[in-house]
Amino acid sequence: MKILVCITHVPDTTSKIAFSDNNTKFDSTNVQYIIGPYEDYAISKAVDLKSSNNAHVTVLNVGKSESDPSLRRALAIGADEAIRIDADPMDTFFVATQIASHVKGETYDLILMGRESIDFNGGIVHSLVGQMLGIPAFSPVMQLEINDSKVKMTREIEGGKEYLETSLPLIAGCQEPIAEWKIPNMRGIMTARTKPFEVVEAYDSETRSRNKNFELPKEKGGIQLIDPDEVEKLHELLRNEAKVI
Amino acid sequence: MATELKEKMIKGGEFLIKETDPKDIFIPEEWNEEQKMIYQTCLDFIETEIHPNLDKIDSMEYPELVPSLLDKAGQLGLLGSGIPEKYNGFGMDFNTTMLIAEAFGQSHSFVVSISVHIGIGTLPILFYGTEEQKEKYLPKLAMGTMKSAYCLTEPDAGSDANAGKTKARLSEDKKSYLLNGQKMWISNAGFADLFIVFAKIEDDKYLSAFIVEKEFGGITMNPEEKKLGIKGSSTRQVFFNDCNVPVENLLGERESGFKMALNILNIGRIKLGAATVGGSKLALNRSLKYANERKQFGTTIGSFGAIKHKLAEMATRIYACESAVYRTGKNIEDAYINYKNDGMDEDSAKNKAVEEFAIECAILKVHGSELLDFAVDETVQIHGGIGYSAEGPAERGYRDARINRIYEGTNEINRLVTIDMLLKKAMKGSLDLMTPAMEVQKELTSIPSFKQNGEDGLFVKEKKVLTNLKKIGLMISGSAVLKLSTKLKDEQEILMNLADMLIEGYVAESIILRVEKLAGIKGAESCQRQIDMAMIYLHRAVNEIIPAAKEAVYAFAEGDEQRMLLLGLKRFSKIEPYNLKEARRRIAHEMLDRNEYCF
Repeated sequence: MKILVCITHVPDTTSKIAFSDNNTKFDSTNVQYIIGPYEDYAISKAVDLKSSNNAHVTVLNVGKSESDPSLRRALAIGADEAIRIDADPMDTFFVATQIASHVKGETYDLILMGRESIDFNGGIVHSLVGQMLGIPAFSPVMQLEINDSKVKMTREIEGGKEYLETSLPLIAGCQEPIAEWKIPNMRGIMTARTKPFEVVEAYDSETRSRNKNFELPKEKGGIQLIDPDEVEKLHELLRNEAKVI
Repeated sequence: MATELKEKMIKGGEFLIKETDPKDIFIPEEWNEEQKMIYQTCLDFIETEIHPNLDKIDSMEYPELVPSLLDKAGQLGLLGSGIPEKYNGFGMDFNTTMLIAEAFGQSHSFVVSISVHIGIGTLPILFYGTEEQKEKYLPKLAMGTMKSAYCLTEPDAGSDANAGKTKARLSEDKKSYLLNGQKMWISNAGFADLFIVFAKIEDDKYLSAFIVEKEFGGITMNPEEKKLGIKGSSTRQVFFNDCNVPVENLLGERESGFKMALNILNIGRIKLGAATVGGSKLALNRSLKYANERKQFGTTIGSFGAIKHKLAEMATRIYACESAVYRTGKNIEDAYINYKNDGMDEDSAKNKAVEEFAIECAILKVHGSELLDFAVDETVQIHGGIGYSAEGPAERGYRDARINRIYEGTNEINRLVTIDMLLKKAMKGSLDLMTPAMEVQKELTSIPSFKQNGEDGLFVKEKKVLTNLKKIGLMISGSAVLKLSTKLKDEQEILMNLADMLIEGYVAESIILRVEKLAGIKGAESCQRQIDMAMIYLHRAVNEIIPAAKEAVYAFAEGDEQRMLLLGLKRFSKIEPYNLKEARRRIAHEMLDRNEYCF
């Protein structure tokens, strides 16, 4: 069984977000980069399937060489080989095209991604790749079990859960608790450097969007807590201060 | 001689009389990707397994919890970093093992459990064990399936470790030793399967060491000690009552235990230095977050100069201590490689390399533990009321830090041994302190040179200050030795003064060398805050060294000699003004902006 895990290389969740060049560019100065947290779960799931289903795990990123530490971390967690498509991840369509172009030449049974990246949070790359390749894509997948080629999944939907049964191949956008988050162990870290790591040229593709400019959301105002015994005070604040009633 | 360091190699204590080329030192900015990943693994483990469980760990109501966390650390390979691969370890270099120690410095009381196991509980076997002993125990210690403790201290033998009364008597069939005695303050005692025990065989003068499995029997314990901090670390008295230890479990040679204990402590000391850097970073990060959140008088408290001063001062001392810790770590690694290349076996080479830098290890133990106490104290202060409350995170850090000035040799003992070791090296001739000390004396009686050396560049003037600080050290220690001779050892107050001068000088030089090397790599423009920190620290060192030097001079010199020494002190302690307030503000701004310690 061959599994492809697509990961993003994104600013850490605690990074201070700022823009440069007249608010047209993300300012990456001093920003710490990590593997997207949802993809961390995708890698963990793939590594679990390695032992339970004797799978071979390839980890892929569309990015420049700055992404290499993230790919090597994925190898340290347990992926067998890494591929970086050497291109700036311009927009979701571009990234999806790159992934789909790579997959066309391969025979993956399962493609795992995060439910969404945490930089632009588009959450549509799995569907786009599915469309391009003509295979089903599901997201957000919280549970996934494979018996022979039968797949059972639990997906989060508005107001409840959806239980699905399907067959391979498929694409899943993962989220907690699909697998237990894994920390790379010492052996993994030391063997990561011995695993295959391939950098491939970008495939021809177009970008369909461009960033015009960025702005930060307005800072949230302070929250006032009103004692339940002081309903009148609440009424007065809502009427005169917040002016909502 | 094959066992002597080659001329070009840096020797322990040599910093006092030689200039170090910044190219020869290791700086933490040079960690490679693998080392960073290992550090991150440790932090991830601490964040997911330790920090959410701190209350449970400290309650001591879950005796299986800490051993199970050690098991998890073992599964991640974190217990075997320094153990060679043939014994299931990872054979990592010394500085990487120090980096792991630094990370675990952020784990509150768990740092004691893991450090005791990895360090004093495992290293005696690694360094002094026979091949059979290593094969039998090291793989289990590396995996954590066997957990260890170290039994040296006794009720009447703390700092004076060789005064221990625990006895080992050879059994009639000569197949085993019967251990009898009492050990106290034994970390990990509650769950350890293996104890490194120091005892005197029959009427020996010096201690011997034994590998004692709990299963050998004859081991009983008192209940857990109630402590000020590190409450989650098991600490008990251990009693040996005819504990039957097979003769093959004698560790190292008979009566070599005291020397072994001391050298193992050297590693413990430098690793404690690394761990306290980690603990201080945690404290500073908590302070920064709070300073950015807490509002008073309509603004965050981080915008106040008084708070900025504290934050920048913490950062500066952390950066300085870290510079010295990994500078020394690399020196030890280099010495080890050098000894090994000269034909020494691996374990003896490791052992001798650490011994060579025993002075620096003691310096770092003192500096690191006092840095941590400073950092946790300021963290409580910045947090104000919530800092004093057990509900907040600052209080636990404050309590947990205090032990570091006590164990691995009290800071007083460590201050004394730095000077003692330095003078011994000088007497043995392995470190020529006399020639440079005489030169300083000569310089004192000559007319000062007002010539500018005309050199321009980063830290040219500051390096002159460093050279002068060393001259102060040589001048005063040289005069004290001449004046007091063998009586100097009874003048502990003077020895403390000398040690303080040595410590500040070493750390100040380390931060200057680090920033000089960094500026050489990245360009001075990209490391302005680091330059600020180096300047602040150098001023601090001068301001610490002057009163220590004065006190020493007042204590042992009189009349003309006193006047001459004080004049020399004045001449050698000049430093140009630097706007420290603005420098601290710049440092604080950068950290507050990033909401973390970022150097």
